[in-house]
Amino acid sequence: MARVAVTVPASAKRGEIIEIKTLAQHEMETGFRHTQTGELIPRDIITEFVCRYNGVEVFRAELRQAVAANPLIAFTTVATESGTLEFTWTGDNGYLANQKAEIKVV
Amino acid sequence: MKAAALLFAAYGACLQAGDIPLAERRSGYEFMGRETRAMQDDDATNPALFALMDGEALWNRKEGERSCASCHGDAAQTMKGVAARYPALAGGKPINLEQRINACRTEHQRAPAFAYESKELLALTAYVGRQSRGMPIAIEANTATRAHIEAGRALYERREGQLNLSCSQCHDDNWGRLLAGSPIPQGHATGYPIYRLEWQGMGSLERRLRNCMIGVRAEPYAYGSPEMVELELYLMWRARGMKLETPAVRP
Amino acid sequence: MTSRRQFLALACGTLAAGELGAQLDPNIQAKRKAALEAAISKVVGDAPVRQGKVKLDVPPLIDNGNTVPITVTVDSPMSASDHVKAIHLFTEKNPQPYVITAHLGPRAGRATVSTRARIADTGRVVAVAELSDGTYWSDTVSVVVTLSACLEDGLI
Repeated sequence: MARVAVTVPASAKRGEIIEIKTLAQHEMETGFRHTQTGELIPRDIITEFVCRYNGVEVFRAELRQAVAANPLIAFTTVATESGTLEFTWTGDNGYLANQKAEIKVV
Repeated sequence: MKAAALLFAAYGACLQAGDIPLAERRSGYEFMGRETRAMQDDDATNPALFALMDGEALWNRKEGERSCASCHGDAAQTMKGVAARYPALAGGKPINLEQRINACRTEHQRAPAFAYESKELLALTAYVGRQSRGMPIAIEANTATRAHIEAGRALYERREGQLNLSCSQCHDDNWGRLLAGSPIPQGHATGYPIYRLEWQGMGSLERRLRNCMIGVRAEPYAYGSPEMVELELYLMWRARGMKLETPAVRP
Repeated sequence: MTSRRQFLALACGTLAAGELGAQLDPNIQAKRKAALEAAISKVVGDAPVRQGKVKLDVPPLIDNGNTVPITVTVDSPMSASDHVKAIHLFTEKNPQPYVITAHLGPRAGRATVSTRARIADTGRVVAVAELSDGTYWSDTVSVVVTLSACLEDGLI
């Protein structure tokens, strides 16, 4: 089950810069490791993370193997209006995770 | 002087020469860098978060005939203080929290025991331990526990492995110094199960102890063996009064 | 999980093309440096990369190279006309130099991104910021990575 956790303030003042912290449960297998018998363990990582604010992309990140397991991505955005923040993670082997958070902007 | 020596001998599990004085004890937390400490402190980004979420789900899930919650209700209330007094005695012998949980599973839930270091067992011990976070570790040396604590101490002070080192030599005599570039902590079991950066995942105290034993090229004790649990008991007694940090982050 | 020793041994294997369980490539230092320079050039093209504006916050002495908290902040008003478009993070000593690329814009409010990286060995970490006016700015930090003293796998 694609587990993720997102921390977003429940409310903010219009124009305030809010901090968003996101965590995804993922091994981030690098594709550089070998088994005991010498077979290469194939890469299996999260490759992209997108944050949309009422449907508009406000942040995007491309990840590589050098991002540690259980990736943390923290960033900021301006609280422009009330609505929904949607977070999407995509990766190798069809990995897909989604999380939504509501924010009230006064 | 002689009376004092006799008193020491009589009471056994007391501070001995070579032990770190109680007031000088420091958690492994203090040997980490600022950024690693921040990882542990921020609940939103502590990498053990998923284990806690899994633990809460498992607590409420019906396994076999009933869930943990059926008997124990809200863990935040009923499990407060529990992890801080484990390992505890059962039938005169010390058992650790993992064994206690498995005993509940097999005897009361009629569900199969979880394997040591399984994702489920780590999640449950993390969740139960979390309910005691911030509380002082409460292991007491009394008539029932004394002999076991002393047995654990003997294991802690015994040289072992090809490198012929005891736990005590690094963690009592040389804490604070660098071993292969990393600071040697005092070795207090204040935050288990931990998210260890080296493992990039969760692990129990027994896993960490096995790492150390392999490090000195000794044959590590099996998971759940009497030696392991006695060592755990000694370590928790050694850390008595220090705050439980479960789930901690450690390098 | 990968021990750092395994990671380094594999990294040699990847660059010194073909040889299974290769000996340490005598040119590995130069090759890694070249890979880093190539990765940065791919991002910036011919544009010069200036020092300044960017602050790369990474511990100089790393507790464990498997998980290193990193924060990059760029001094910018983040207005429609003057903002950071992207932040690129690189390392020198990993098997491949890219870590993460964050795409920002005026809606970010502040030009900052935090993550946790894997850093295989002592060397440089480089953050490059791409501004809306087409200029590139960077900050470099040299970090020290040590191997954990007690591992599960023992010695290779």
